[in-house]
Amino acid sequence: MANITLVEAVSLALAYELENDKDVVVLGEDVGINGGVFRATAGLAQKFGEDRVIDTPLAEAMIAGLTIGMATQGMRPVAEAQFMGFIYPMIEQIVCHAARFRNRTRGRLTCPLVIRAPFGGGIHAPEHHSESVEAIFAHIPGIRVVIPSSPSRAYGLLLAAIRDPDPVLFLEPKRIYRVNKEEVIDDGEELPLDMCFELREGTDITLVSWGSMVKETLEAADKLAQQGISAEVIDVATVSPIDMDTILESVKKTGRCVIIQEAAKHCSVISEIAANLAEDGLYSLMAPVKRVTGYDVIMPLFKLEKNTCLQ
Amino acid sequence: MATVASFNVEYIQYLSPTGELVGDKIPAIAKDYEQIKSLYEIMVMTRVFDAKAISLQRTGKLGTYASSLGHEAVHVGIGSAMKYEDVFAPMYREYGVQFCRGVKMSEVLLYWGGDERGSNFSGPPHDFPWCVPIATQNTHAAGAALSFKLRKEPRCAVTVIGDGGSSKGDFLEAINAASAFTLPLVMVIVNNGWAISVPRKKQSSGQTLAQKGIAGGLPSIQVDGNDLFAVHNEVKVALQRARDGKGATVIEAITYRLSDHTTADDASRYRPDEEVENAKKFEPILRLRQYLMNNNQWSVQQENKLMEDCARKVEAAVKEYQNAPKPPVTDMFDYMFAKLPHDLAAQRKFAKELDNNG
Ligand SMILES: Cc1ncc(C[n+]2csc(CCOP(=O)(O)OP(=O)(O)O)c2C)c(N)n1
Ligand SMILES: [Mg+2]
Repeated sequence: MANITLVEAVSLALAYELENDKDVVVLGEDVGINGGVFRATAGLAQKFGEDRVIDTPLAEAMIAGLTIGMATQGMRPVAEAQFMGFIYPMIEQIVCHAARFRNRTRGRLTCPLVIRAPFGGGIHAPEHHSESVEAIFAHIPGIRVVIPSSPSRAYGLLLAAIRDPDPVLFLEPKRIYRVNKEEVIDDGEELPLDMCFELREGTDITLVSWGSMVKETLEAADKLAQQGISAEVIDVATVSPIDMDTILESVKKTGRCVIIQEAAKHCSVISEIAANLAEDGLYSLMAPVKRVTGYDVIMPLFKLEKNTCLQ
Repeated sequence: MATVASFNVEYIQYLSPTGELVGDKIPAIAKDYEQIKSLYEIMVMTRVFDAKAISLQRTGKLGTYASSLGHEAVHVGIGSAMKYEDVFAPMYREYGVQFCRGVKMSEVLLYWGGDERGSNFSGPPHDFPWCVPIATQNTHAAGAALSFKLRKEPRCAVTVIGDGGSSKGDFLEAINAASAFTLPLVMVIVNNGWAISVPRKKQSSGQTLAQKGIAGGLPSIQVDGNDLFAVHNEVKVALQRARDGKGATVIEAITYRLSDHTTADDASRYRPDEEVENAKKFEPILRLRQYLMNNNQWSVQQENKLMEDCARKVEAAVKEYQNAPKPPVTDMFDYMFAKLPHDLAAQRKFAKELDNNG
């Protein structure tokens, strides 16, 4: 058992799978000797060798294509997009192939691959280093989108993502990579890829969020508690598919729901959750669903970052 | 068996690391001491600026910053060969090119200080802003070149790419477009040996990166990127060729990244110190100063005065940067569209109220 940060938990899960499944390889830009620009792969190349932890040429479309090619031949590649802002060249490969091979070949060729990417704002980074565009991917049929918000969930969800028979986009909220530590048992236990996590029980209101916003959501729940309001807090964790049953069950109890995300509002994951609540939870609701989001603007450079990214 | 194609890549160097002219061809710039001195001054200024920017970052007064240390000859060589009406499409560390074109140091600081207003810089208003998504600028430059060609304007586009970036499709696609359309374009590969932690040899087993241009049908050469004369002259020749309607050229400039990748990087994790120490022997400013001194064109007094001037100008730029007021929160909305859509107007109002209420 180790007391570790979220980014260390990512590393621990990668090491566990590299150790226990010879088909697992890690690949991407600077993931080798440098250990990744956020140290998510620190020490792995030294431990497992350069054939298992591979520094690739600088080309994201190529990385995605290689990953798909390897996965179809039975390997379990875990690729890194250095930042979510640089994932766009991968989109053609993800949407046209990773998401479709199983369906296209009636199950003959499959893509058990993972693409990891740090995402989100709040670290004073240059342009394209702070975006939250999970909704682009959540919209695509055929891939899972997973977002951990604590070290233990990062560990368990990443193990599950690597072992899952289908493509998984694993988005790591980099603002909370190192904000707190948690005891994580390195036992290879995975967590489910289609369930919300109820982080706090409450009776008056349901607060729903994921990724780095879970931190602010828990803080909001503390403030509400001081005012005598009991908030239930749910970490969605898998934004595709979304476990609506857990959210609806909670709203049945509380009658109120506020959903919080870092991303822009328009056509986003939050819209999907709100729409589901409108469809299936209307009779439980005592007040309209409220959405707390970023503005529908281009993520500003960091002088104005705090004005759109809650923290 | 018949050979249907073959290639060779020329390597061009005029000024040796010790400041002597080499080879029998001497480019015009080598005898134009006034021009050399003015370019030397920009190179030194760029370096003084660079050191200051790094120290601002280290003391929390600037965000992440990409250093140009060691790249001064490539950058100033490109900038000095271009005309005002040409267009430049940079990546993120080519300050030397941009200073030649009138971009202000305070604007570079604004950009890395997290303020979009830095990208609305002085200098040619048709130049492209800094471009972070690697290699995407290359096809923009090709597009600009296509517009010059279609409108029959005697202008050229110049773009840069790193050794790492040369692995990306966009770069090869720009070469291909330039070849297919015979575009007035010059593409400079700034091969500084490293793409963050990935060494040049891991990008490709090709002997040169220039030969990627040849594969696409463009004349392509390699130059000593620490030799101002070589970069300036070969870019100038390529620009003339482009202006004459003969198409694009690829120039691989061999230089070395003497700094960390950016201030967010720690190169000691992956790069041996000896390699850096050795590379310092080949750096561009030293040899140019030596050349000027060898030819009695530069003195210690002039050097001292230049250093004082640079320090003063850099300080003034830092002041200007630090005195710039924070952009208003409404700036997030006001440049999204020519006409703000109604839903954004509502968000803008909300953001402003929230900001006013602290
Ligand atoms: C598409 C894309 N992928 C990844 C990055 C992250 N990144 C920034 S600079 C860099 C290395 C670039 O190396 P090179 O092309 O050699 O240029 P240099 O920085 O050495 O001048 C990487 C991987 C990016 N900015 N854009
Ligand atoms: Mg490089």
